[in-house]
Amino acid sequence: MKKSSTNVAFYVPYVLWLALFVIAPLVLIIYQSFFDINGHFTLSNYATYFSSGTYILMTFNSVFYAFVITVVTLAISYPTAYLLHYTKHKQLWILLIILPTWINLLLKAYAFIGIFSQNGGINTFLSMVGIGPKQFLFTDAAFIFVASYIEIPFMILPIFNGIEELNESFVNASRDLGAKWWQTFTKVIWPLTISGVKAGVQAVFIPSLSLFMLTRLIGGNRVITLGTAIEEHFLVTMNWGMGSTIGVVLIVAMFIIMFLTGERKKKRGRRA
Amino acid sequence: MSKTIIELKHVSKVYGDTVVLKDINIEIEEGKFYTLLGPSGSGKTTILRAIAGFLDPSQGDVLFNGKRINEMPANERPVNTVFQDYALFPHMNVFENVAYGLRIRKTAKKDIEERVANALKMVRLNGFADREISELSGGQQQRVAIARAIVLEPAVLLLDEPLSALDAKLRKDMQYELRELQQRLGITFLFVTHDQEEALALSDEIFVMNDGEVQQSGTPVDIYDEPINHFVADFIGESNIVAGHMIQDYLVEFNGKTFECADAGMRPHESVEVVLRPEDLDLVAPDAGKVTVKVDTQLFRGDYYEIVAYDQLNNEWLIHSTNPAKDGENVGVTFDAEDIHVMRLNETEEDFDARLESYEGE
Repeated sequence: MKKSSTNVAFYVPYVLWLALFVIAPLVLIIYQSFFDINGHFTLSNYATYFSSGTYILMTFNSVFYAFVITVVTLAISYPTAYLLHYTKHKQLWILLIILPTWINLLLKAYAFIGIFSQNGGINTFLSMVGIGPKQFLFTDAAFIFVASYIEIPFMILPIFNGIEELNESFVNASRDLGAKWWQTFTKVIWPLTISGVKAGVQAVFIPSLSLFMLTRLIGGNRVITLGTAIEEHFLVTMNWGMGSTIGVVLIVAMFIIMFLTGERKKKRGRRA
Repeated sequence: MSKTIIELKHVSKVYGDTVVLKDINIEIEEGKFYTLLGPSGSGKTTILRAIAGFLDPSQGDVLFNGKRINEMPANERPVNTVFQDYALFPHMNVFENVAYGLRIRKTAKKDIEERVANALKMVRLNGFADREISELSGGQQQRVAIARAIVLEPAVLLLDEPLSALDAKLRKDMQYELRELQQRLGITFLFVTHDQEEALALSDEIFVMNDGEVQQSGTPVDIYDEPINHFVADFIGESNIVAGHMIQDYLVEFNGKTFECADAGMRPHESVEVVLRPEDLDLVAPDAGKVTVKVDTQLFRGDYYEIVAYDQLNNEWLIHSTNPAKDGENVGVTFDAEDIHVMRLNETEEDFDARLESYEGE
């Protein structure tokens, strides 16, 4: 009897956490999304969202930028993780990759403002070699660069773990059976590390959907994503209902991504 | 004499300060079953990897049909490997695993189906093509690994301790199947194992390895009956090894007595080691024996009793007898001149072979 009550006690912190910080906010945000700015129950927020060109464009922007950021980080992270796997002292290298994530996001954003600005390091250098100062800050490229920089550790780690778990003898077996390096990569290494890639895509794409501070600090508010819109509705226009509606849309988008990248039950190869 | 297909010439491998292979010279002929036998760390798998192309020898040449293939990448070598852990691709089913090499070779779809079906039939797995790897038992996975390698019809099949993960019964069954398969296919097998019984049962020829060197090579019977040195005698089968002196040809002295033997070619009074196999020793009455020993312990092994006894000089004697003895009893041990095998200390394989030839031809 005593044993089962201790077991229950172990669940308490987790269940409390879940109820207070996951379920309650979800319920609140869904509830809130059905009220207009005057506190009347309505479905108009959703109607507005799906009929307004602005919101559709914002949604498209968010998905598009998140997609670009994910592709850029993946393109950098997979080869990095693969090379890391064959490096000596890989734990040290991994630590160096994790290190920047311990620093606050805003600090990093401000550091990049310093680097990219008219009097920043890069432009000073460009002026010296005579190419002259260029506009870096507040461009799409700068936004994608900084966002990718911030997300890269979250992509490298799961892929690195996936490659570490890959049994080297699969690679040897593939070569032994006549496969060239590229064939081995596409037929064996990639399929067997795809779960790491999926985890990385989840960890990067979903947060990228709602990035908002970077869009302002680095992107100069030229890119308005759903994250920015939510912030505006809650802090500026005070239209909590609309903000919540966008929140709900984001949550649904996250679930769709999770479903698409999640481990699905393996198709049975045997015919009945 | 059949054709030599693989030859290692003065191959050595060094990692930093560790010497893994020392001047290996091996010739592999077509259509035979070869075994590299040795304790773990003796370098046998290293040799296999050098032939498969997963490892560059520090020195020496790997020859295939007389042509040096040191620089040829693994995927172009006409050999295939059955890995110790099988290395079956977990994301493919049995059919796809076996078809892998054929697909890489861009074989026509119809041919693939036919050859995969044939290979699976060869390892008695017909009807398993659609199974997932995770649904197979260890023995079945092992056979898929073999099918995946033989479907490509390699000139040489390399097997890296393929039976070590199987239980005793299954291992025995697979030994028969491997031997049969090799004879049916006519492909050269190069098999790596640390299990001497397995090696003796399967091989046409055995290379006994220790410390990165080939200690002795020859047929199972040669190696069992005429081990070259202490290591081989001790590693292959069970043996009583006693220090002695060679009095003259065909006369050896050990345990304070002189015995007739079948060995010759040593210097007079040379220090030697004498090997007596436990199954060659017979128990007789104490006064009828060539050596008298006192029985210490005995174990019933099913088809024989394994008796541990000590003589007056406190040497241990291991005797296999079909009849039991009594603990603590004094018994006589007898053996024939042919049962004695005399080994010189530090004799090279070349000298050993030459010496054997010099008097056995008579």
